[in-house]
Amino acid sequence: MPKPKISSDWMAGCSGCHMSLLDMDERILEIIELADLRATPITDLKEPDESGVDVGILEGGINNSSNEEVAHRMRARSKILVALGDCAVFGGVPALRNMCGTQEALRRAYIEAESNDESGKIPDDPELATMSNVRALHEVVDVDVFIPGCPPDADVIYYALKELAQGRMPEIKNEKLHWH
Amino acid sequence: MSQKITIEPVTRIEGHAKVTIRMKDDGSVERAYLHINEFRGFEKFCEGRPYFEMPSITPRICGICPVSHHLAAAKAADDLQGSPAPRPAHLLRDLMHMGQIIQSHGMHFFELSGPDLLLGFDADPATRNVVGLVGAAPEITLKAVRLRKFGQEIIRILGGRRLHPVFAVPGGVNKALQPVERDTILAGVDEAIEAVRIGLGIMRDWAERNAEDIRKFAVFPSGYMSMVTPEDGLELYDGDIRLVDRTGSQLEKFPGGSYLDIIAEHVEPWSYLKFPYYKKMSFPEGVYRVGPLGRLNAVSHIPTPLAQEEFKTYRAINNGAPVENTLYFHYARLIETLFAIERVRELCADPDILSTDILNTRRDYRGEGVGVLEAPRGTLIHHYKADETGKLTSVNLIVATGHNNWAMSKAVDSVAKTYITGGEVKEGMLNRVEAAVRAHDPCLSCSTHAIGQMPIQIEMVAPGGEIIQTITRD
Ligand code: SF4
Repeated sequence: MPKPKISSDWMAGCSGCHMSLLDMDERILEIIELADLRATPITDLKEPDESGVDVGILEGGINNSSNEEVAHRMRARSKILVALGDCAVFGGVPALRNMCGTQEALRRAYIEAESNDESGKIPDDPELATMSNVRALHEVVDVDVFIPGCPPDADVIYYALKELAQGRMPEIKNEKLHWH
Repeated sequence: MSQKITIEPVTRIEGHAKVTIRMKDDGSVERAYLHINEFRGFEKFCEGRPYFEMPSITPRICGICPVSHHLAAAKAADDLQGSPAPRPAHLLRDLMHMGQIIQSHGMHFFELSGPDLLLGFDADPATRNVVGLVGAAPEITLKAVRLRKFGQEIIRILGGRRLHPVFAVPGGVNKALQPVERDTILAGVDEAIEAVRIGLGIMRDWAERNAEDIRKFAVFPSGYMSMVTPEDGLELYDGDIRLVDRTGSQLEKFPGGSYLDIIAEHVEPWSYLKFPYYKKMSFPEGVYRVGPLGRLNAVSHIPTPLAQEEFKTYRAINNGAPVENTLYFHYARLIETLFAIERVRELCADPDILSTDILNTRRDYRGEGVGVLEAPRGTLIHHYKADETGKLTSVNLIVATGHNNWAMSKAVDSVAKTYITGGEVKEGMLNRVEAAVRAHDPCLSCSTHAIGQMPIQIEMVAPGGEIIQTITRD
């Protein structure tokens, strides 16, 4: 049987959930044994395989058009989609922006900040993504597994990946909902 | 017909970026751009919150260097409420900071850029990653994993958790170090030094085999900036900031609190990341580099013995003048890692490290504070103002990767022009363009606290605007 394919990406988060994944230390070598790591931020493939992956993992909420594309693509190409960490599960700290408004936040950063010079203006090149309200992953696409925590403990991520890599659904409940 | 190449996302960097390369009709490169494509807005949404929450909120800017934000926030809060931290608290914060430098630099060298160095720029992208490394050099990979663990464990021992620790508070820290904890940390020092030595060996071999790449890969002059000791030695936690020009002569030495007199930020419409520069020389003449290369070009020495030995070799590269080659960021990063490990040993040997005098509870409330330190990727500035109730009225953050924004853009443009010269564009060439970004170890989560996240995509665009080739790897 071929190894199950796993792909991951980050959106509006801090990359801390991926760091917590690496915090399983030597056990990462076990996961590499069990699964085929495809496109992730630490590998060089750019997107999850068009032919699909078994498990897609997303960190971070969705706060712009580019995140939205990432979320839809990962959903379309993954059998099981995992929301990793509070940002993906609830919106997390970046969702505080919804309380002050995206435009106000952009104005503060690019026009009003005391260190800006007179070139200050909100970047608007067509190459750039457009900013939106911050949403949790499940508000945009269907999610199969939720792993809360900021970040979730390395032990819980290890448990979940190991189950998924062996074709089982992880059960994230009781003490696995706690993070330390 | 002119074309555009897009590389998106740029991989093996922290965060998301995109590169577009605009081509001329003759197949040569007109200009390459690095777009940072995320914006989160911490500066605005923290307004109205109590300033003492900042050491807990701002680490969520970045999971790779949360300790930098945690400590810069605490330093700004010390200043704002007028409670200088006692010496033992500074030592403990410094120790946590060294843990972070070790894990962040170690991970970058081995796990993110290592695949280019050990497997080659032109290796198959499907295996040019840490998994490929496990296959090619399992022992080295294991040592790298353990080096990162050593750094992360220092953070956990002090702050209760590896990420987003709860440790520094305005006026000091919330926990003293126990003798057994100190001994646990000390017990890991030798193995960590050994791992960095292996890294230095890899670097030397690689530099010998790739002298040609190093020589032509994004080599350009700029200013350089670093925090320094009173004697201009390397310092990462507390001290004045030194800015030198392209020849290494000092332009300024200033306390972090007066950063607004020295630095301003420029905005370009094509990136969510701003471009800081030296005010007196204006933009773009006043641009400078920070991070490992910037620091080792801005200091006169390194105050620990093993790192100082390597520093001498580093400085000989360009006969004592600043080293301008982007690929030497990797070498500088390893030398700094060595410094951080030696500094851990020094700090643990300091009699004050076990002191319980760790919190200053007196206050002389000023309502404004600036906290500055050297994050793994360069100078980090937090600046807060609060009203008399402690509610934040303004927050300004200039992050490490921001200072390098111009240099990264310049490096991308330069590498694209050097390696893409008409005809067919090969994946390995594009990987070199990405490596130009990667060498700076950009922290795009940090940069996009205000700004964006940075996946890299390369698009080749014809002069007419149509997309000729989009490089995505799948
Ligand atoms: S949940 Fe926490 S650790 Fe994870 S991305 Fe969000 S802020 Fe970072």
